[in-house]
Amino acid sequence: MAMLIRFWGTRGSLPTPLASRAVRDKIRGALLAARGRKLDAPQAIDAFIERELPFSIGGTFGGNTSCVEIASDGDEHVLCDLGTGVREFGNRLIALHGPQRKHRFNVFMSHVHWDHIMGFPFFAHAYIPGNVIRIHGCHKVLREAFERQHSSPSFPVDFGSLGATIEFVELEPERSYEIAGLSVKMIRQQHSGDSYGYRFSHAGRSVVYSTDSEHKFDMLDESYPFVPFIRDADLLIFDTMYSLAEAVSVKEDWGHSSNMVAVELAQLARVKHLVMYHHEPIYDDVMIETILSETRRYEEISRSTHKLLVSSAYDGLEIGL
Amino acid sequence: MEIGERRQGGVVILSPVGRIDNDTSPAFQSKLLATVAPGGGAVLVDLSKVEYLSSAGLRALMMGAKQSKASKGRLAVAELKPVVKEIFAISRFSYVVEVFGTLAEALQALSGSSGAPKG
Repeated sequence: MAMLIRFWGTRGSLPTPLASRAVRDKIRGALLAARGRKLDAPQAIDAFIERELPFSIGGTFGGNTSCVEIASDGDEHVLCDLGTGVREFGNRLIALHGPQRKHRFNVFMSHVHWDHIMGFPFFAHAYIPGNVIRIHGCHKVLREAFERQHSSPSFPVDFGSLGATIEFVELEPERSYEIAGLSVKMIRQQHSGDSYGYRFSHAGRSVVYSTDSEHKFDMLDESYPFVPFIRDADLLIFDTMYSLAEAVSVKEDWGHSSNMVAVELAQLARVKHLVMYHHEPIYDDVMIETILSETRRYEEISRSTHKLLVSSAYDGLEIGL
Repeated sequence: MEIGERRQGGVVILSPVGRIDNDTSPAFQSKLLATVAPGGGAVLVDLSKVEYLSSAGLRALMMGAKQSKASKGRLAVAELKPVVKEIFAISRFSYVVEVFGTLAEALQALSGSSGAPKG
């Protein structure tokens, strides 16, 4: 496997914990679906949950903000964004290797809006001497954004007192880079203060991480730079926060995109797999599942010859390339 | 693209034919905006001969709705084929443009609106 993509945080804008009422609704839905079924063995229960319950009942899309890991055969870790999902990522590393093992992390920041940096103060490895964290990005305010978050009166631990070695690396969007065994390219995106999409390639496979991006084009063809940027990607992680109606009317210029535009762009660029990402925090699991099913239907309606696989990201999703 | 135009009960009815997609939406948008522009009247888009609307086609409708609202007119669509109805549902575009089941229903609603000149 060239790359393994792990989604640690998939929610847009702010963390969205599952409330007690939602858990109760899931249990109720599961019990109703289980009526008359013979589920007296743990294996039978697991199979029932896995294969027969809708994901919105048997699981949850999750509520952590943006953080995606790109694991390859290199020694160094690669992450996109440091939303609250990074806390879970760090916890898993400690569970696997213990707190003493030293790591090198390469982080690629789409931008520094709060939901994309807010997990960093709770990333345990930042406090442990010997770890190296390189935060890459195209914004000149990278360091300033992290230092400000980590200072009084917003947070009790000053950035300067963190134990890990933390470096900020400013990237030039028109260049390509070789970092941690991956080829990395960037594209500037439309979002308040700009955001950047990343294309990572390794061993003949490629994944594009594109969040917090509004797409406005006069003509959907090769003249729109995003199309060649995602051309033939194996996986496209794409901001589908709004419906098309919202994206072109009341939420125009809010810097996010829609499921329909995602499908059309991915089809034109012959992307293999589209993963919807940066879910609207007001949506519950049923709504996100409904949108997934609608988006798959739109892919069928608008398909010419190229078949596009469509998924919806959830915290804990893993996709191998 | 072929776009029919007629007037009925003070309402201008546009009847595009075929697909309103990336290739044809500029012509559709241009015709729609030219029709909506002049006097704040009511414009109805008859979608009975439209097989598919892409996001570009929907954006054209959005531009028309915006312009219509600014000139205190009304813009509506009617007679959606099942697939086009699905696309409206997926895009949530019924929040942007008024949708009617039939031309008769739409004409009844629009003819009585303040935005529609009589005659």
